[in-house]
Amino acid sequence: MNAVPAPTLVTVDDPKSGTKLSARGVGKTFRGARGGEVRALWDVTLDVAPGEFVCLIGPSGCGKSTLLNIFAGLESPTEGEVMLDGRPIPGPGPDRAVLFQEPALFPWLSVSGNVELALKLIGVPKDERRDRTMHWLRKVHLAQFASSQPHELSGGMRQRAALARALACQPDVLLADEPFAALDAQTREILQAELQEVWSETRNTFVFVTHNVREAVFLADRVVLMSAPPGTLLAEHHIDVPRPREFEDVLLSKVVVDIHEHLLREVEKVVARESDPDQPLA
Amino acid sequence: MSRAKAILTNLWPRFAALAGVVLVWWLVHATGFFDRTILPSPAKVWSALTDNFFGEGGIGRAAQKSLFRLGVGLAIAIVIGTSIGISMAASEKIRRSVGSLMTGLQALPSISWLPLAILWVGYTERAILFVVLIAAIPAVALATSGSISLVPPLLVRAGRTLGARRWRLYRDVVIPAAVPGYVAGLQQSWAFAWRALMAGELIATGARGLGHLQDMARENFNAPVVMAVMVMILLIGMTVDILLGLVDRRIRARRGLLVERAS
Repeated sequence: MNAVPAPTLVTVDDPKSGTKLSARGVGKTFRGARGGEVRALWDVTLDVAPGEFVCLIGPSGCGKSTLLNIFAGLESPTEGEVMLDGRPIPGPGPDRAVLFQEPALFPWLSVSGNVELALKLIGVPKDERRDRTMHWLRKVHLAQFASSQPHELSGGMRQRAALARALACQPDVLLADEPFAALDAQTREILQAELQEVWSETRNTFVFVTHNVREAVFLADRVVLMSAPPGTLLAEHHIDVPRPREFEDVLLSKVVVDIHEHLLREVEKVVARESDPDQPLA
Repeated sequence: MSRAKAILTNLWPRFAALAGVVLVWWLVHATGFFDRTILPSPAKVWSALTDNFFGEGGIGRAAQKSLFRLGVGLAIAIVIGTSIGISMAASEKIRRSVGSLMTGLQALPSISWLPLAILWVGYTERAILFVVLIAAIPAVALATSGSISLVPPLLVRAGRTLGARRWRLYRDVVIPAAVPGYVAGLQQSWAFAWRALMAGELIATGARGLGHLQDMARENFNAPVVMAVMVMILLIGMTVDILLGLVDRRIRARRGLLVERAS
């Protein structure tokens, strides 16, 4: 597979105004174990405005998690570049909090200890940490579990604690990689509603990866649809429904149906390719 | 479950195993197949233990001396071995160079260093300490680097996204995450140190520990005392193992890593 040369039109010193987070011609090719190459992403160009909630959605293997990891600075792109406030992203940092699919709480610390450690790492003085921790634990309805150990909590509560830990650092950007995917349907809906509520106050720039169309439409200002692998951006849907939104909203349901059909066609491409590997890409 | 009952539940299988061994021993003794002067009965060995326990030159004093040596040796080995293990985990170069040296040292029985140590520093405390260290340091170093390499990558990623880098990532995420594996590794390391110490004391006589006592009893053809010292060594080993096991359980329970076994 030939590598596409990185686009040269990008200039670092001239960020598009009103852009918090951007990807320019981003591609990622993984080197396989047997020397082969797997292309996960190609030519992704995406601008996220300050305070915008973007959901990335696409068939499995479309590289949406890879794109998120590149924004997080946990992986570096093989083509193109990603920028925060017009500056290239050098690596992971507390200005971009990440919610993983697993809560990733530190098991040796209590719930509040987890939040306090995050505050300690960004240099919050010791006497302020306790108050700030309790403030964010109240926001996610975990105040009475502050001294519990993570393993004593349910899956939904753990993910809430992870959200409190991420929010407590007051990051510029929140990145979420299917954080509710492992939860049961009821818990999932409760957490989606809570996230909407908290986010309506904080208004962090948010990039949220999911494969659940309903979740994406419920949460996002803009839903970006990714193609079958190797992933690139296919289409966007602006969700102009005002908040607070209700799951039963007819307007939302209509968008869900549209996106679903679009997504289904992409999934069919993946299935077709898997059953017939000789079929040309895209 | 009350605390006392919990401890009892923990202990009774060990005592049952021990009772089994004593029973077989007693049966073999009772057949008279072996000369009773070289295979004394359990009762005789027990009275050899209790009769020779107290006083100067007693088993108790010797055990005290051996345990003190073990404590000193293990403390030094933990400091040095842990540092080596952490640097092994932090640097690929150190892992390849020093790490392979540690693996090599572990393959070489530590007691085979004793003749050389005696040539260097004579029949002294230091010769024995050297053998204990050469046994325990590689074990602690490998346990440390092994426990760090088993830290879940997700926790490291979470730590990095929270802004922890380099030393702070180690101090606040990697090292605490490695503690359960490290403690499990120490449970093996102390046994390495203990065995090396007993072997060292047996050869470097004049050290006045349990090994020395055993060697003296052999010279006096006193099988009951030889075996009584063995019983003492075994009892110390089991006690230390139980104590470290309790520490291990506490740490794992706090993190929700204790699996309730279905029974």
